[in-house]
Amino acid sequence: MKISEIRETLKLTDAIACKSDNEVQGVYIGDLLSLVMAKAKPADLWLTIQTHINIIAVADLIEISGIVILEDMAIDEDTLQKAVEIGIPIFRTKLSAYEMACQLHDLGL
Amino acid sequence: MRELIKRYVFQVQANDFDNAGAASSTIKRNLKTIAINPSIVRKVAVASYEAEINIIIHSNGGEMVLEIYEDMISIKANDKGPGIQDVDLAMSEGFSTASNAARELGFGAGMGLPNIKKYSDNFKITSNEKGTRLTIDIMIE
Repeated sequence: MKISEIRETLKLTDAIACKSDNEVQGVYIGDLLSLVMAKAKPADLWLTIQTHINIIAVADLIEISGIVILEDMAIDEDTLQKAVEIGIPIFRTKLSAYEMACQLHDLGL
Repeated sequence: MRELIKRYVFQVQANDFDNAGAASSTIKRNLKTIAINPSIVRKVAVASYEAEINIIIHSNGGEMVLEIYEDMISIKANDKGPGIQDVDLAMSEGFSTASNAARELGFGAGMGLPNIKKYSDNFKITSNEKGTRLTIDIMIE
């Protein structure tokens, strides 16, 4: 499924303008970076409340399709700039991890 | 004796959380340009990231060395101390001495060294007050 389809269906807010319309094959939820590094798969959509710039390095290293920042957490400006530079879509939602996961599951992920 | 094809050295600063992962990202890009199998690139990326984060969180700074051989990728992570008090304990999953500040940023899960060992084909660690030295070898299939 394309990330643009998820974005539109679930009404996610763009945190940056990013043209990458990556394919999403799965979902990973986590806030401990080492666990995300070890367990998330390439082309996963990553749901997290972490907003520090390092999430972009993690997403880039393991080739995550996109990041959804949960619970309407404020995102550091450095993080947004790095996401633009690397080309990783990053979205915001008011939803919790559970609510977001249920919606993604309903979409077939 | 293996023939060394290429060698890169990256400096890593203590407490430089904002640039955490920069060396590992460059290592990954270098490997992608020479068409290494993606599953090998991932193993190297995870292991090098954890080693880099350890230098940033726990040490007085250090360097990462990437060596590319025909049949193997080798990463060396060498820091300038203060060393790990109990290496066996540090190797156990979930044990961490990371600061609260580091934990708030999502570091300090206590998975760093165990992840490195898991993703390595050959892993060596030595540590004393002058520094910790990791050797991480990953075979190219």
